[in-house]
Amino acid sequence: MIEFESVTKTYPGQTTAVSDFSLVVPSHRTVVLVGSSGSGKSTLLRTVNRMVEPTSGRVLIDDEDVRERDPVALRRSIGYVLQHGGLLPHRSVLDNIATVPVLNGVPKREARTAASELLERVGLDPKVGRRFPGQLSGGQQQRVGVARALAADPNILLMDEPFGAVDPIMRRELQEELLRLQADMHKTIVFVTHDVDEAFLLGDEVVVLREGGVIAQRGTPAEILGAPADDFVRDFVGADRAERELHITEVDGRTIAVDASGRPVGVLAP
Amino acid sequence: MKWLSLNWPQVVELTRDHLLLSAPAILLSVLLAVPIGRLAQQRPRLGGPLLGAASLLYAIPALPLLIIIPVIFGIPLRSPATMIIALTVYGLALLVRTAADAFGSVDPRVREAAVAVGHSPRSVFWRVDLPLAVPVLLAGVRVVAVSTVSLVTIGALIGVPSLGTLLTDGFQRGIPAEVATGVIATMLLALFFDAVLVAAGRILTPWTVSRRERLLPQEETT
Ligand SMILES: Nc1ncnc2c1ncn2[C@@H]1O[C@H](COP(=O)(O)OP(=O)(O)O)[C@@H](O)[C@H]1O
Ligand SMILES: [Mg+2]
Repeated sequence: MIEFESVTKTYPGQTTAVSDFSLVVPSHRTVVLVGSSGSGKSTLLRTVNRMVEPTSGRVLIDDEDVRERDPVALRRSIGYVLQHGGLLPHRSVLDNIATVPVLNGVPKREARTAASELLERVGLDPKVGRRFPGQLSGGQQQRVGVARALAADPNILLMDEPFGAVDPIMRRELQEELLRLQADMHKTIVFVTHDVDEAFLLGDEVVVLREGGVIAQRGTPAEILGAPADDFVRDFVGADRAERELHITEVDGRTIAVDASGRPVGVLAP
Repeated sequence: MKWLSLNWPQVVELTRDHLLLSAPAILLSVLLAVPIGRLAQQRPRLGGPLLGAASLLYAIPALPLLIIIPVIFGIPLRSPATMIIALTVYGLALLVRTAADAFGSVDPRVREAAVAVGHSPRSVFWRVDLPLAVPVLLAGVRVVAVSTVSLVTIGALIGVPSLGTLLTDGFQRGIPAEVATGVIATMLLALFFDAVLVAAGRILTPWTVSRRERLLPQEETT
């Protein structure tokens, strides 16, 4: 369980990036922070692994203030996936995945064997293990990033717009892959995105942020979509968008769902 | 040619002397320039003056430097140590700025990601900064190597034997073949060092080679 207690962060010479943010992320659940660029999502995420120290307030993991923890040990105990992979360009894919286990003193050979198995778990051919990150496509690099985050089997995964830089088809595949992995891993995931559809797809719970890291609304995707707290949220999640407003019509004896502009989007299951 | 065929054992010996003066100086320059350059890159306020001072070392004329070093270090003037220290001073002058640039060339996002996944400051240096600085660093070391091999000849002026001895001796006794041998052997030695460094670079930076070969048929995800 991760608890944010009145976290405020003001960067030097800046207005406040995050102000008085409180949230409980229950264990084994996926909580998605969604907001437009600059709304303080990355800042919040990085307070968990002490890459950012809050100006005031605190962050607790399983009731322990992260400030009590050694930052290096803390970071090794948390999986972190970044938008641009953040892989080491000079190490092979296998060595990248094995980074944390090797830093923790696991023998290299053993760590590489485990890394090779992880490659398969994230849907990559073990052959890519010997390559360098620069030789992979963007989507492959993000998969490697996920594998690296999982290598030390952490309880917590922090994901900062991990699929933001890949093309839509690949993004969809990666999202499905993450759902599949999470279904049998049950990690505690804090996922950051600016994409509402991604947030609704992945989040058990979604937190909509407005400028300055202020919570506009939190709840399950259904709660937020069904009852947006205010105009900002309604607008942000596109509750009024034509494709969100579904109607049912009968065509040839089958029940079809169409959106507000009359475009068929699916067939109602019998 | 005739001169060389009569004197080649001396040429071989002087080449060895030359090698034993230049190699340690190059190595010392690298070993000292890397930490100084890293410090300069990490602490810009200290780094500015440090880099300026290092560059200024190159402006010290060779002969006074060769005379002052024995005084400072308490070693004999006509010793290989004097020569090696002087060469290291010039090597540092050339290399410290490049070393700072080399660390500056490391993508800060890569460094930050490395910290974020749990590298300690020490492992960031050894596993991330240093290997990624190698390409730029190596370019600087190649310059230092060639410059050092050529500077070693100055040692002949204070009587430290090297291929430079062929130059002074050849001039004094008016033997053009001896001078030519000295010049050519020095240049060949410089080329040899350069070739070794290029080969070392290939081995140390396999990822830069494979980036050039990245357009292999790429299988997408399975
Ligand atoms: N290291 C930093 N120094 C100064 N300002 C920063 C820093 N990181 C982020 N900010 C500022 O804080 C605000 C929130 O940034 P960020 O947390 O990265 O938002 P998001 O991830 O939602 O785009 C932005 O205005 C950004 O410019
Ligand atoms: Mg961000």
